[in-house]
Amino acid sequence: MSTAETPVAQVEKKQKKKTVQWGDDPKIGFVEALYLPAIAGGIATALKHAFFKKRSTAQYPEQKPEMPPNYRGVHRLNRDEEGRVKCVACYMCQTACPANCIEIIAAPAPQDDPKWANRDKFPATFTIDELRCIYCGMCEEACPVDAIELTSIYDLTGMSRQEMIFDKEKLLSVFDETSKAGLDPVRTNRGALGPASEKSMQSTDSPPPPGRGKHG
Amino acid sequence: MPLELLDSPGLLENQKEGLWTLNFGPQHPATHTTLRLVLQLDGETVIDAEPDIGFLHSGFEKLGESLDFNQYVTIVDRMNYISPLANEIAWHHSVEALMGIELTPRCKYIRTIFAELMRIHDHLLCTGTCVLDLGGATAFMYAFNEREYIYEICERASGQRFHTSYTRVGGLLYDVTDDWIAMVRKFCKNFPKAYADFAGLVMKNRIFIERTRGVGVLSKEDAIAGGATGPVARASGVTRDLRIDEPYLAYNDLDFDICCAKAGDCYSRFQVRMMEMEQSLKIIEQAIENLPSGPIYNEEHGKTGVPDKTEVYRSIEGLIHHFENIMPNRQMNVPVESFYAATESPNGELGYYIVSDGNFRAYRARTRPPSLLHFALFPRMIRNCMLSDVVAVLGSINIIAAELDR
Repeated sequence: MSTAETPVAQVEKKQKKKTVQWGDDPKIGFVEALYLPAIAGGIATALKHAFFKKRSTAQYPEQKPEMPPNYRGVHRLNRDEEGRVKCVACYMCQTACPANCIEIIAAPAPQDDPKWANRDKFPATFTIDELRCIYCGMCEEACPVDAIELTSIYDLTGMSRQEMIFDKEKLLSVFDETSKAGLDPVRTNRGALGPASEKSMQSTDSPPPPGRGKHG
Repeated sequence: MPLELLDSPGLLENQKEGLWTLNFGPQHPATHTTLRLVLQLDGETVIDAEPDIGFLHSGFEKLGESLDFNQYVTIVDRMNYISPLANEIAWHHSVEALMGIELTPRCKYIRTIFAELMRIHDHLLCTGTCVLDLGGATAFMYAFNEREYIYEICERASGQRFHTSYTRVGGLLYDVTDDWIAMVRKFCKNFPKAYADFAGLVMKNRIFIERTRGVGVLSKEDAIAGGATGPVARASGVTRDLRIDEPYLAYNDLDFDICCAKAGDCYSRFQVRMMEMEQSLKIIEQAIENLPSGPIYNEEHGKTGVPDKTEVYRSIEGLIHHFENIMPNRQMNVPVESFYAATESPNGELGYYIVSDGNFRAYRARTRPPSLLHFALFPRMIRNCMLSDVVAVLGSINIIAAELDR
């Protein structure tokens, strides 16, 4: 046993002082030995929480929680100013995805259409399997043109598996829906030019955002 | 190491006379996850126990060989699902040690705050369920209230409550915002009150003390020989804490104590966890007030982080840098080496052993989980205890089945 502790003692000298706090034995005095004071104390704590503290339970379907703007929920595929899909089909998100849920097929941009004149490549299909996705945000991090983003929609449901495989139109419709509702995602670290970058930094003295539990 | 610790000889046929066998688990509310114990009982006294693992095998380590150093963080998240961020910090601590990356002070402090929040988070669940298994549901609910707010703190920083995937090689997914700092300050302000309520219900409760005092004793010698770490070892009197013995992140700048107890029983383990929560709060308070400003990726080490969009949109170098970070064949410079580095996770020493062949993904990413060694010591702890004490001991060592099987 002493050999096991020697290396620790040697390393210790170089580092800061090691202070140990020892837990003491619980003492059951006369008051603790009678069960009644403990029962009364327990009931008092429970009553305090029942009557004088805010309820933590959220009445979920009626009361929707407010998600923070950087929440990583359902994906959307952004449109550029001209309404075209912003994605340039570079396959970066597909490469970065740890769950292999993104599938892109690229195609040359339609040359005869003047709308696509300044673009070379576009995604002919863009599919995300929302059931495979683990919402880690790596696709968004990998995207060089900010085309794919995760929105704060968290309650995604469907009646069939096929319904949960989102194609390009569906992902664009999520963009239309969220941008109309003003639910554009906000991120830090994306630089001033990133559309989802944190626009205004609040001052440190600002009150914390309302929590959902008793802390709120 | 004593031989009987390595391999339990089991009972001989003639010793089994008069005993009866009980299968405890795999689906039992007190096992929390899927653990199986084969108990040999004499009446109600446990004579022998055989822990059985493998009910939650998910191939995590194998996935570590096919995902790159950043992608694998989404998997280690799911390993100890009581404190996901602590796993991420441990994984990237090993990766950064392998690559020789030094973090920026801001990144170190943010990770330290998260590591300590996760310690509180883990200990709240462990102590809460320990009391719940012994019949006290109230304290458990108050513990979960606090856990809820820690989830919200995680959500504000990373965008997800639970599987945050927040750390990256040499940095973090996003920088934290000022309202995150305000949330952590608010947590520091409110936590002592909730902690006092929780401790008041349990620590001096005679029923709880009598159920846990002297039950499931693990001696100091057994703890050292069996490789116990973390609160389980410290409750047996081993004064080892990697945060002080092998400092990493910002722990060298912060002032805190190691919490130990001498008895090595269930109550001591409970007590050490309660004391550690106080110390963690002390660390968070110091770290949040001294949070340095500056970048979260260290520029000295070149291209570890994805550059911001200003660079990507305006310069070709920025765009190349961005692509190189994601493309599988030209990421970081990984030395051909095998490396082990560990952190003090809430449950004990959580280490990753990485064998690298210079590729962008690990050749082998082995986990050294604390729970596995604690579960191996479990039969020693419960020998000659009553059947109802099995639940108390199981609650006090906090076994996570996903960590056992990997």
